[in-house]
Parts: sequence; structure tokens; C-alpha cells
Amino acid sequence: MSQTVAAGAAHVAHAHHEELGFWRTYIFSTDHKMIGRQFLFMGLLMLIIGGLLAMMMRWQLAWPETAVPGLSAIPEPYMYEGIIPPQTYNALFTMHATIMIFFVVMPIMVGCYGNFLIPLMIGTRDMAFPLLNMLSFWVGAVAGVIMLASFLVPGGPAAAGWTGYATLSARAAYTGVDLGQDLWIISLLVLGISSLMGSINYITTIVNMRAPGMTYFRMPLTVWSLFITAILLLLALPVLTAALAMLLFDRTLGTSFFLPQGGGQPLLWQHMFWFFGHPEVYILVLPAMGVTSDLLSTFSRKPIFGYHAMAFSMIAIAFLSWIVWGHHMFVSGMNPLLGTAFMMTTMVIAVPSAIKVFNWLGTLWGGSIRLTSPMLFALGFVSNFLIGGLSGIFMASTPVDIFIHDTYYIVAHFHYVVAGIIFALFAAVYYWFPKMFSRMMSEPLGKIHFVLTYIFFNLTFFPMHFLGVGGHMRRIYNPMQYEFIQPLQDWNVFITVSALLLGLSQLPFLINFFWSLFAGKRAERNPWQANTLEWTAPTPPPHGNFEVQPTVYRGPYEYSSPEVKEDWLPQDKPLAKTAARAH
Amino acid sequence: MMRWLPEDVSTYGHEIDSLFFLIYYITAATFILVTVLMVLFLVMYRERPGRRATYSHGNTTLEIIWTIIPAAILIVLSFMSVNTWAKLKNTVPPSDFAIQVTAKQFNWGIAYPGADGKLGTEDDVKFDNDVHVPVNKVVHVHLGSEDVIHSFFIPNLRFKQDMVPGRTVTGWFEATKPGRYELPCAELCGFGHSGMKGWLHVHSAEDYAKWAAENLAAKQQ
Repeated sequence: MSQTVAAGAAHVAHAHHEELGFWRTYIFSTDHKMIGRQFLFMGLLMLIIGGLLAMMMRWQLAWPETAVPGLSAIPEPYMYEGIIPPQTYNALFTMHATIMIFFVVMPIMVGCYGNFLIPLMIGTRDMAFPLLNMLSFWVGAVAGVIMLASFLVPGGPAAAGWTGYATLSARAAYTGVDLGQDLWIISLLVLGISSLMGSINYITTIVNMRAPGMTYFRMPLTVWSLFITAILLLLALPVLTAALAMLLFDRTLGTSFFLPQGGGQPLLWQHMFWFFGHPEVYILVLPAMGVTSDLLSTFSRKPIFGYHAMAFSMIAIAFLSWIVWGHHMFVSGMNPLLGTAFMMTTMVIAVPSAIKVFNWLGTLWGGSIRLTSPMLFALGFVSNFLIGGLSGIFMASTPVDIFIHDTYYIVAHFHYVVAGIIFALFAAVYYWFPKMFSRMMSEPLGKIHFVLTYIFFNLTFFPMHFLGVGGHMRRIYNPMQYEFIQPLQDWNVFITVSALLLGLSQLPFLINFFWSLFAGKRAERNPWQANTLEWTAPTPPPHGNFEVQPTVYRGPYEYSSPEVKEDWLPQDKPLAKTAARAH
Repeated sequence: MMRWLPEDVSTYGHEIDSLFFLIYYITAATFILVTVLMVLFLVMYRERPGRRATYSHGNTTLEIIWTIIPAAILIVLSFMSVNTWAKLKNTVPPSDFAIQVTAKQFNWGIAYPGADGKLGTEDDVKFDNDVHVPVNKVVHVHLGSEDVIHSFFIPNLRFKQDMVPGRTVTGWFEATKPGRYELPCAELCGFGHSGMKGWLHVHSAEDYAKWAAENLAAKQQ
């Protein structure tokens, strides 16, 4: 029973726990590793749904108001013999963004890897609150079901954008969506509870349950990033929850928080939403940065360049992320003086991001680089983050933002950052698959997957900069309605073809993932010759994770250390010298 | 990239465009530098038998350098942007020409002052979607909305301002070339958002006088 595990001694836990039945092992598990896998499968399923929604949008943008192949069965008024009407188009981009942000990147990067890795990497038996952990997943799953259910209600799902700007979102008459928008709000409220439970768990676990010797500055940067992310989640989500509750009251109880007719302020929604929303961007990207740091060091066989700078730059990003939200609102009608202040803070937050990129380069310098699939994807993340970070400087400059705000330039920028996270996500899947599923994924298939994904990702998202520079607005249903956009239509076709190919490029991954799950080569304990503690646990790690409570003697990045013959030195390996010093 | 920016016909657009290109050159140079180094390192330091990676935890001098240089560049960019922003937003040039635009799903409601010369009174002359202004004259636009947030976007004038229900935001522009310029809504405003657009007609002084005589003066009787 889980209570046995929770109450049991930290070590040799697997020796005295009872066999659990199917339900307690696979469905209502309190084991952090199983919960991690559950989050992974939920995220991958939602990734497929979110991706298909994007394909439908791209079809409409390239070949407006023509029938999408294979979708003629969807009834009116959602589709007209395969043709997407404007209302459905608005629902498509709203749900694409909502699903990708809240039900793909967060469940996988934070839910799956936070759960799976934190206890293993800090050398403990499980999360601090295993039952809360189980609830966190199942409450999150309920939120997912509510979100998907909104596709099936009369009027269709939410269509006010993922940002849900009031007043558009505050009255059903403005969008024509009634129940769908309510379900969108309720789903995110429920998801907030799930994330809150998860973040409390992560913070408590990291503060209290680190193995002997695992000081804060011996933690892998993945754990650092998840720690900071959990703190951001804990502080940011209540603001979103408050805003969503107010919006729901405006819609259903007749209040007027955001409706000017009753004395409310539409801009209040934007302030609240982005006060949550900007930390949210870092909630999404910080774990990707942490994973990338670990992988670049491991596969360069070299310590991370500037470990303390990497940790402190993430802390700096976390602090600054609270005072940059106004850069989403430069043309909103907010006082222009505020615009000036927010531009300054936004320029400042670019500095720690730049430090990270340069330190990643420094890590590669002088290394002995192994281009494995996870390493290639980690490098892909760096390359995309570089472009996304640099393109962000344009919109940080208030005068330039006047022109590119709400254009495809913004769409290009945030896809390089947020959709770029998918590279770190794949890197994590390839890297930790052996520990999660006890088998290796195929390297050749992984490399094919990387090359195709990298090429078509860039062919899809880079030309969006050109559209944005031409003034092409985002969230428009039919670009051909505008004379000044018509000359850019060839790019829309190009982007759509690339996007469809980007979608197809995920087939090698799906094949690889499921084939390896059942028939991959059996994984050894430490296939990548890595230093961090998860690789000292058996494969698969049993309940309680470690055979013997590990003691940590050093930081996580002692690759190619002159102290040993091999080019790696696990955190828990006593050396004659260091062991003596530790006592 | 240069040819893709729409033609600029405003008095301040060149300042926005030159900031855009300045940032473009800086970021392009950074992108090339980092990418070339990354590819170079991947080739130079690929795994080879018998060679061990350099055991180094970093270099404080280097880290200080690559913190200070981006910080300095960003501070300079900030100050340059602040100047232009202040010119656009904080110092509105005076003008005797003002119109009011009130958005509603999915139209621009344009109002010109009537015989009393004031906006917002009974005798305002109203049009849908088409804005007529004289060239080389500062135009004040009072922007508001009746229902949801819209955004008044004139790409050729580098003008964009959200229109928020419950408040009026005043913007200004001065067109420098007669012509007909598209005027789309840039903020999602519902199922008819796409296609919500009008036209800005910039006339020479004589042409504008003629248009005003036919359309404004005539309706004022």
C-alpha cells in the first residue's frame, strides 16, 4: 500500500511493500513515476489534438473557404461540407493555443518531468505528498475532459482567443458562444487547482527531502528550473483563478467587473490575465532551459559553463517576470508612460536570457560532443530559443510594437519560444525514456525525426516573420479579404505546406515511441553515462526508487574530471579523497 | 526584408522603421555570430577517440563580458525607443481637424463635426468605414467602441490603437501622400473580425475641400 511506502524507511523501500493491484498500479497510483507517465500520455494525446486543430487553421489560411479533405462529415453549423466557417476558425485558434499551453507543455514539462525527475534527481523515495500528487493528476485529467467536452456543446467551444479578452469573452452575445466559453473558464479553474497541488508538492519535496549532501547548489539545473517554476505557479495561478472567477460571474451572475455598462473596466482583465500570463511563459520555458542545460553538459562530456550564473539567471528571470506584463498592452490604451516603464523591464529580462544562450555555447566549447537524438533536440531548442529571444527585442521596443503588435510577427515570435519548447520536450522524452520505460528508443528513427522536425519547424514559423512585417494581422479568417495582404498569400501557402509536413514528420516519433515501448532494446542502468542520481537507481526504479539511500558528494556536472579515469563521475560515487573530506 | 514593410506615408513612420531596421541588424548579427559559433563548436569538438573534453566550470571574465555587452546594447535601444515613443504619445501636435471613430461589431462608425464644429453633438455627420482626410494635416482621432475591443490599424501610417469600450483614446497622424489606404481591425472582435475593415482616403487640399463640400456641407443642411 502507498501508506506503507510513505511511512517506510527511505531506503530498501521496495523490499517490504506489498504487490499492488492493477488499479493502484496504473490508474490511481500514488507513485510519482507512474503519475509522471500518466501526465506524459495525457500530454501526448492532447498534442495530437492540438496539432490537428492547427492543421485545419493552416488549410483555411492557405486555401480559404475550400473544403478540408476528410472532414465533410462534421455537421453544420461547425463545418459546411468540409468548409470552415469564421466562427469555427475562431474556435480553432482559441482551442489550439489553450490545449498546447495548458494541456501539452504544462502537463509534459511540469507534470510529467517534474513528477518523474524531482524525487529521483534529489535522491528521495517519492514526493512529499503522494496522495496529493495523485489528486493533482486526476483533477488535471478532469480539466482536460471538460475542455474537450466543450467541443460537443451547442454553440461550439470558446472562440474569444486563448487570452479571452473581455468584453468579447464576457457576454455570450458578442461571440455567439455560451456554454463553450463557460466550460473553458471552468476547465481552467479546475486545472489551476491541479497545478496548485502539484506546485506545493514540488516545493515541499525539494526543500525538505533532498538526499544527504544534496545542497541547493548541487542540484541539477533541471531541478532548479522545476523548483522556480513551481514557485511561479504557486504565485501566478491564484491571479488567473481570480480573473476567471470574475469573468464567470460577469457571464452568469450579472456582475460587471469587466463590462463598462455596469461600471467595469475591460482593461482590468488584460492586467490580471497578463500578470499571470507573463510568468506563465516562463513557467513553460524554464523547465525546457533546465533540461537543455543538463543534456548539453552530459553530451558534451563537460561541466555546465557557469553553473551559478545559470541558476541565478533563472532566479532573475523569475523575479523580473512579475514586472513585464504590460508589454502585452502597449497599444491597449494603457497610459503611454506605463508603456515606457514596461519597455525598460522587458529589455532587462532579455539579459539573463542572453546569458543562458552564451553559457550553453560555453558548455559546447572544448567538449567531446555526442550527437545523440536527445542532444540534437536540445541543440534544436537552443537554436529556436535564440531566434525567439532575438525577435522578442523588436516588440519590446514600444514604437516598433505599434506596427507589429497583433500581426504574424508576434505569432512567429511566440511559436519560436513556446512551440520551440517542444524540442526540449522531445529531448526529454528521448533522454529519460530508458529510465521511464526500461527500454531504449531507436537512435536512427530519432535522428530522422529530429532532422525533419527541425527543417519543417523553421520553414513553418520563420516565414511568419515576413507576413508580420507585411502587416498581416493574426486571428483573421481569410487573408484574401485584404488588398495589402493578398501579395503575401504565396507565403501562406508555403507555410501551410510546411506545417502539414511538420505534422507528418511526427510519424517517426510515434512509431519509435510505441515500438520502443514494447520492443526496444533493454536499457541498462546508466545508458548515457550521466552523473545525476536518477541514473544510479535501478531500471526500472522500484517503489522507493533507490536500493540504498544515496549520499551526494559533488555537483551534477563533473564530466571529464581529472580525478577519475572515466569521463563521468556520478554525484553519489565516493572517492577516497572526497569521502574522507565528507566525514 | 525591407521590401515587405508597407509603404510609409506618415510623418513619424520613418522613425519606427529605422528602429525596426536597427534592431534587425543587431539581432541578425547576434544570430549569425551565435549560430556560426555553435556549428563550429559542434564540428570542432565532436567526439573523437583519445580526446577528452576540457574540464572547465566556466570563466568569470567571459561571463561578465557577455552580460555587460547585451545589457549596454539593450539600454541604448531602450533610450532610443523612449524618445520615439514620447514623440508619438506624449506630445500630440495641435490640430483643428478631429474625427471620432466608434467601432461596433463589425464596422467603423466615422463622425465628422457638424455645423457647430464640435464632435459628439447631434449634428455630427456620420459615415461607415470610409475616412477622408487632407494630406499634410495633423488629424486627431478619438477612438472608442460600443461593444468589444477593436483595434484601429492603418499599416501605411504605422498607426495602431486598441478601441476600448467605456473609454476614449485619442491618437493622431499626419499623412504625407494622397491615396487610398486599407484600414483593418487588428484585434479579435468576434466571428466577423476578419473582413472588418475600411479605407482611409488621403486627399490633396483641393480634393478634400471638394469632398467636404459635397459630403459634409451638404449633409449639414
